[in-house]
Amino acid sequence: MDRLSLLAFRSSFLGAVRSFFLGSGYLEVDTPLRLPVLIPEAEILPFASEDWWLQTSPELCMKRLLACGASQLFQICHCFRKGEQGRFHQPEFSMLEWYHVHWNYQHLMEEVEALLSELLQACAHFPAVQDANSLVLHNGKISFAGPFQRITVEEAFQRYAGIPVARALEEDRFDEILVTEIEPHLGWDSPLFLVDYPAELASLARRRPDNPQVAERFELYIGGIEIANGFSELIDPKEQKHRFVREREMIEQQGRKAGPMPEGFLEDLALLEETAGIALGLDRLLMLFLGCSSLGDVQAIQLENFTK
Amino acid sequence: MFSASDLRKGLKIQIDGEPYIITDFEFSKPGKGQALYRTKMRNMITGNQFTQTYRSNDKFEKPDLEERTMQFLYSQDDEFHFMDTSSYEQIFLTRDQVGDNIHFLVDNMEVQVLFFGERPIDISLPIFVNLTVTKADPWVRGDTSGTDTKPVTVETGYQLQVPPFVEEGDKIQIDTRTGEYMTRVKE
Repeated sequence: MDRLSLLAFRSSFLGAVRSFFLGSGYLEVDTPLRLPVLIPEAEILPFASEDWWLQTSPELCMKRLLACGASQLFQICHCFRKGEQGRFHQPEFSMLEWYHVHWNYQHLMEEVEALLSELLQACAHFPAVQDANSLVLHNGKISFAGPFQRITVEEAFQRYAGIPVARALEEDRFDEILVTEIEPHLGWDSPLFLVDYPAELASLARRRPDNPQVAERFELYIGGIEIANGFSELIDPKEQKHRFVREREMIEQQGRKAGPMPEGFLEDLALLEETAGIALGLDRLLMLFLGCSSLGDVQAIQLENFTK
Repeated sequence: MFSASDLRKGLKIQIDGEPYIITDFEFSKPGKGQALYRTKMRNMITGNQFTQTYRSNDKFEKPDLEERTMQFLYSQDDEFHFMDTSSYEQIFLTRDQVGDNIHFLVDNMEVQVLFFGERPIDISLPIFVNLTVTKADPWVRGDTSGTDTKPVTVETGYQLQVPPFVEEGDKIQIDTRTGEYMTRVKE
């Protein structure tokens, strides 16, 4: 695809995303990209910016804004993650993140269905969009009409890997099995929500009251690709701090220096009411809408080929 | 030492003392999960393929690989002998190791021999070689009844399809990667 066509598609895609949220009562925010403290996460490597850091997601800032009394916020912004490069990863990428107070993850899943349905209609003329309600991918058709499929992480492990989640965790093979044996099957006839992750793998999500082993977390899959990650947010500052301590320990174990404990964030957390939040990879979604095979293809400038 | 983040298609690494070349590679990272480096590789000595998923902490040795220019001397039974033109050192490779290159090897031809440590493991020929046609049906000028190409044999015993005007005794240029006729060579 030539660059100008890409820019035109990308522009109308971003406009359609904005339209949906502005039309649904959300405020758009733009929070700082460069911060003195980040949410401690052992598996995400941030880029340093002098003695501060570039954000790996806008979560910390957006939740602090919710503490000021905002009830619905959305943001489209760039996030930075060191060492993430591949067909579906670029170290700098575009994220759509949104929060809705008094909602839980079920409400969010319904909103994701509504968002995608509206996006497909707005982008009906995009190369991989068919009948304004489906995507064509690898000669298969993914229908977005009606509710998306939902299966739990436990069901997925049993069905596609034949082992219980607990065993995969014990053997430290959860991620590997998810990526090699389970993900390729998810989200083909229709998009799919993989729900109820083990509590230890959802550091900012609250546990299910009826089953504390799992957290109210879901991931959206389309054509085997992970597109969005959503939760009923954990708002108990004590438990959140406990999880941050664990993450910082793991960071130190890896030989890296853990940044400061986000005390200000924890104080603000105490002011929040029940909230649901979600992060969606906009580049990945656009990649699917355009029928491109790699994330780098849909960014406005491809840094890999950038001549200085 | 390579780390997992260095892995990419075409990279050569050492595993259990043997050299491998990466033939396929995919970086994956499930949300909030660990980075996974799915790697498919081929053993450069045995040709065996295998796939492994590596993690961020995994490290890999660089194999001691070196290409040296050598001259083909002769073959005897299963052994193909080569000589380093500067050191006069001689080594040999087996028929298996030479593989399809056997069709294009002629005495004194200069080739690149790949060494793993002191062990020769592979050869690569120049992309184009010139070989003499030793057997071909004669071309009858003006004969338009035939096909576009005809089979000939060259000095190594290799057979290939060429245009009808190529005659016995002609020297032809062959692409060693495809085994196909390129052009006639004047001398």
